[in-house]
Amino acid sequence: MERYSLCVNEREYEFLANANETLLFVLRERLDLTGAKCGCLTGDCGACTVLIDGEAKKACLIQIRNAVGHKITTIEGLSENGTLHPIQKAFIYCGAIQCGFCTPGMILSAKALLDKNLSPTESEIRDAISGNLCRCTGYERIVEAILLSSKMLRGEDCDV
Amino acid sequence: MALYGQKQFHIVNHSVPREDGFDKVTGRATYAADIKYPNMIYAAMLRLVGVASAKVTKIDTSKALKLAGVLAVFTADSFPKMKSWARYFYITDTVRYVGDVIAIIAAETYAIAEEAKKLIHVTYEELPAVFDIREAMKEGAHPVHEEYPDNIFTDSIYTLRKGDTEKGFEQADLIIERTYETQYAEHAYIEPEAVVASEDSSNGEMTIHASAQNPFFTRRYVADILQIPLNRVHIIQETLGGSFGGKEEGVGLLAARAAFVCHVLHRPVKMVYTREESILESSKRHPFLLTYRAGVKKDGRIVAWEATQIGNSGAYNNQTQFLNWRACAHCAGAYDIPNIKSKTFGVFTNNVHSGAFRGYSSPQLLFAQEQFIEEIAEELGMEPLKLRLINCLRDGSTVATGAKVSEVLLPDIIEYTAKQTDYTKKYEQNKTQSGRIRKGIGMAISHRGCGYGAESPDAAGAFLIVNEDASVLLHSGIAENGQGLKTVYCQIAAEALGVPYENIRFFGTDTHRIPDCGMTVASRGTVMGSQAVKKAGEKLNLILREHACTLGFFDSGKGGAPNDRIAQDLVLREGHIFDPSYHEYQVPLADVTNIALWKGLNMAAYEWHVPDPCIQEHDTQQGRAFPTYSYTCVVAELEVDTGTGEVTLKNVHSSHDVGTAINPALIKGQIYGGIVMGWGYASMEEVVLKNGIVGSRNLDEYLIPTAMDMPNMKVSIFECDDNSGTYGAKSVGEPAIECVAAAIANALYNATGRRIRCNPAGLENVLIGRKLW
Ligand code: FES
Ligand code: FES
Repeated sequence: MERYSLCVNEREYEFLANANETLLFVLRERLDLTGAKCGCLTGDCGACTVLIDGEAKKACLIQIRNAVGHKITTIEGLSENGTLHPIQKAFIYCGAIQCGFCTPGMILSAKALLDKNLSPTESEIRDAISGNLCRCTGYERIVEAILLSSKMLRGEDCDV
Repeated sequence: MALYGQKQFHIVNHSVPREDGFDKVTGRATYAADIKYPNMIYAAMLRLVGVASAKVTKIDTSKALKLAGVLAVFTADSFPKMKSWARYFYITDTVRYVGDVIAIIAAETYAIAEEAKKLIHVTYEELPAVFDIREAMKEGAHPVHEEYPDNIFTDSIYTLRKGDTEKGFEQADLIIERTYETQYAEHAYIEPEAVVASEDSSNGEMTIHASAQNPFFTRRYVADILQIPLNRVHIIQETLGGSFGGKEEGVGLLAARAAFVCHVLHRPVKMVYTREESILESSKRHPFLLTYRAGVKKDGRIVAWEATQIGNSGAYNNQTQFLNWRACAHCAGAYDIPNIKSKTFGVFTNNVHSGAFRGYSSPQLLFAQEQFIEEIAEELGMEPLKLRLINCLRDGSTVATGAKVSEVLLPDIIEYTAKQTDYTKKYEQNKTQSGRIRKGIGMAISHRGCGYGAESPDAAGAFLIVNEDASVLLHSGIAENGQGLKTVYCQIAAEALGVPYENIRFFGTDTHRIPDCGMTVASRGTVMGSQAVKKAGEKLNLILREHACTLGFFDSGKGGAPNDRIAQDLVLREGHIFDPSYHEYQVPLADVTNIALWKGLNMAAYEWHVPDPCIQEHDTQQGRAFPTYSYTCVVAELEVDTGTGEVTLKNVHSSHDVGTAINPALIKGQIYGGIVMGWGYASMEEVVLKNGIVGSRNLDEYLIPTAMDMPNMKVSIFECDDNSGTYGAKSVGEPAIECVAAAIANALYNATGRRIRCNPAGLENVLIGRKLW
């Protein structure tokens, strides 16, 4: 085991880990941040999606040493002092959630998109979440929610 | 015509937001794999992944046991066998399919347990095996289970006789027969199965946190393996990351294994499937071999129908018999046919076992039946829409089980959907296309028996507690599986009890708090399971009005009324009690409950609901199989690249009679999800098995639709006055998927002139009409 330090949700964590551990394992097992989910460990489901320096990445594919020195954001870091981020609000408002297992990853993929592109088209949204599988919703409401949150983030009037 | 929007309710029939939304968007919702205990250990399972039928002769665990951190290795000799009721093995030395577990390793960490697996040396003899149902039924085929020498799962045989098919076929002007086949499909819920077991050594109570679709079902496995009473097994259902019928037996087995390891080693144990294990060991959608024969008059009336429906049960089964009962009742589609004869049965093979999967046989049957109808129409030279309308169920029709149906919106739904999609015009136009890219439009219709029906008593209970602040706790044994059941139950309780939706809390299903209410399956949760919630709500509504009177809130003079009022004069609605004749005087419920508590008055109600029995004659399956039916019509439009075989699904219009839409937003969510899942089933999903070996082992090989694959979706919700279900609700979770693959197959034929009689329609199947492997 080696000592690591990692910046997650703007907080520094110090912990011991084995060099072959993935970021997903560290988040869930060492830091107790279980919002990132494990659905495949092969990079195919997107349930483990986190933001690394603002980019949506699959935490199951990242070795812990490669995460060191970068800014990591997980779903736990999205709602500042208990206030929901507009994407989170829109997911609730649009009913973009069923079992919820894909939800943290979906929301973070959406955030990575909207941080770069505040006015995405529907097909850009679909493309941005194409690495996040959802078995429950048929994606319809998820796309709707991301469109709505882009409006909210642009400051347009939405009664959410 | 009864599109949603004409009923009068206060809380049900409206789209209230999900009660679990906040927890799920913030990552706070706890799934079973998120649970941790101090001092917890891990257990991993060993399988003979490359062999489907074998006798294990020796397992050398000595090296594994020497690895630091390994605590124990269990094999069939050191692990209990299932004693009570199911036909499964926690660990076995006779491998009947690739998912069978032959050893379990307990270790300090998951990584050590996995490492130890590699150090175990297994000696085995390979045994003969059968994989295909046709092979399995041949004389001299290897019997998968000694008790079933010809591999036919006798408990799952159902025969149906309605009218006289011989006479029917004699009257027919045309007789036509076709055979269809469907594939193994995987639930592919995004959350793999997980359990955590912990034992309280002071009283022997075993607590299991589980990703269980049916906590009471899981409880039986744990009580079985430990041979302890059910009241010492505490199953807590954690937030479930999708199930669709899949987290039943598999999770029971997993929970029992974890419980036993925990009991022996005196440490909390976590067991989580990898995706590969989930695909290997979890049950699958039954493949079916389906042959239909119909006798038709020139005018389009179907006068005789014969069906042979054979399911591939795989290596073990506890569900084929129930599933086949449903398949038998639905053997003739949504049509009123006077003479029907059918046989349905399951066959054991050395493949992965089949179980419940959203639809419970209907997507398979409809894939065949709804194509068959179009093949009949073609032979008759008639438009398929017309043939459907001539034969489909309507008021006064009799279904295959001989029971009469009423309040049938099916003909309206078909006509409405056809009109909305311009079906007839497009259907005709598409037939004359040329060029590489071809368009296709296809339809499928269905009727679906709601709830358990005659399969087993559709009974359930509910317990409501009102606290002194007028907040309410709801307990039910029917479980949230991600579909939004808690939200719907809170709406129903709020409507019946007369309090705001926000006042009700249903925090989860826990086997220590409510009796076993049966399984959350068969789309029965809203239709039947919630009847008890409504009943308990209504009972408590009356009790609280009585308290208001007893406590003097409606004595003469109060609110300006000259006389004392009794409970029957009052209304409790939206958290206020009032006399409608003097409605300005509204007593907040909390004023009443606050005093009632200190006066020692009861503020809780428990109700159990058993619907009128459904009874059928066993040998002919004639009788009332279900209290009522849901009706569906789906139209799919697609484009085929005839050069590559690539199919793009463009539009899907899905219309449903849901009786009463308890929560229209949730219903639409179910339907969108069903369409996309059905699209996967129709086009890309297949658990590829070669000699029983699973070829598609993770989500890179078992492909499910992504956001890039979704079509434009339109949903139409119809309501009717059938009051069999709670507030008139009918099933929707399974109707949402069942017609989709059939409509797509019909659209493909419309586009290419090639029938896909073998699902799914992968590239080569579309191009040349058969699969290449
Ligand atoms: S767990 Fe990382 S992509 Fe599936
Ligand atoms: S909501 Fe269940 S996987 Fe997306």
